[in-house]
Amino acid sequence: MDLIKVGMADLAVCKAPQKLITTGLGSCVGVCLYDLEKKVGGLAHIMLPDSTQAKSVQNVAKYADTGIVATIEKLMALGVDRSRILAKIAGGAQMFNFAGTSNIMRIGERNVEAVKKQLEQLKIKLVAEDTGGNFGRTIIFDPQNGQLHIRTINQGEKTI
Amino acid sequence: MEFENLNNLQKDALKEIGNIGAGNAATSLSTLLNKRINMAVPNIFILPFSQVVELMGGAEKPVAGGYLQVSGIAPMSMLFVLPEDSLKLFLNILIGKPMSEKIQLDEMDISVLKEITNILAGSYLTALNGFTNIEFNPSVPALAFDMAGAILGNVLQLYGEVSDYALVIESIFMEEEKEVKGHFFLLPEPGTLEIMLQKLGVVF
Repeated sequence: MDLIKVGMADLAVCKAPQKLITTGLGSCVGVCLYDLEKKVGGLAHIMLPDSTQAKSVQNVAKYADTGIVATIEKLMALGVDRSRILAKIAGGAQMFNFAGTSNIMRIGERNVEAVKKQLEQLKIKLVAEDTGGNFGRTIIFDPQNGQLHIRTINQGEKTI
Repeated sequence: MEFENLNNLQKDALKEIGNIGAGNAATSLSTLLNKRINMAVPNIFILPFSQVVELMGGAEKPVAGGYLQVSGIAPMSMLFVLPEDSLKLFLNILIGKPMSEKIQLDEMDISVLKEITNILAGSYLTALNGFTNIEFNPSVPALAFDMAGAILGNVLQLYGEVSDYALVIESIFMEEEKEVKGHFFLLPEPGTLEIMLQKLGVVF
């Protein structure tokens, strides 16, 4: 089976029967964008909410706003009709519990908010999500049927 | 200064920081466990985020991570990582937790691990203070047991807005029979490096 690995702050697109995997998502968010008709999908491993806060953006995949746009562009380059693109997301956990909640500790939540806002602005339908909590996730996306498989260490496995 | 542009002299100075800090921490660990703890010469890595996690054995590997933030004029993060096998043994030696196939951390385990993180970071910082005179203020530690990538990702996000690379000073502790192997990561924030190197007399 052809499994394409997407690292932290990275993105990739593929065509079925290839699948996309990103391992150990914590407060990062995995954004899957896909077209069921063409059986093409993309996965972005988003690390931070907002590229406009950065001094310079060398890696567009790192941020919710630029990462989603870049993934869509790559999908369109594979002949996908923009209006057919759907989305599923997972991640955005809070791994550490500090007594005082500093901003960094809320980053998972902020990432999820930013991803949703960007999808809404781009009028992309969010079909399913598995976000929040305090545990890590490994996710595998199959563009053949749009299924997103999620596995964890102590919270079992599921498909959304 | 970009991490990518460090020269060998600067890297050696950082290695020395790691050496002295970790040496002090290893002594504390040895007292706690009542065992001889060996320490490897620290490694300095300047790596893209996605590769840092490989130092911990891959993104999906279950690890315990004790994390604290250090504030002051030289802010940084400290992360003490124990892979699952070492974690079991560590808790067995320290508090007599029975060795089991699957590990579930209870409240007692969590506070022990937090305290260890505290002690290790404290001795590390005492050493750093001893030769830089910089005052370091460590936060209360936080603990997580989960996938290495998930834990590290959360820490690296601190640096994400300024860099795509992390500077990692990695110290490996080993118990005499090499059963307990822990990683200690020191992640200086941008700017901290210059301050520490200047105090060491390494000019840019």
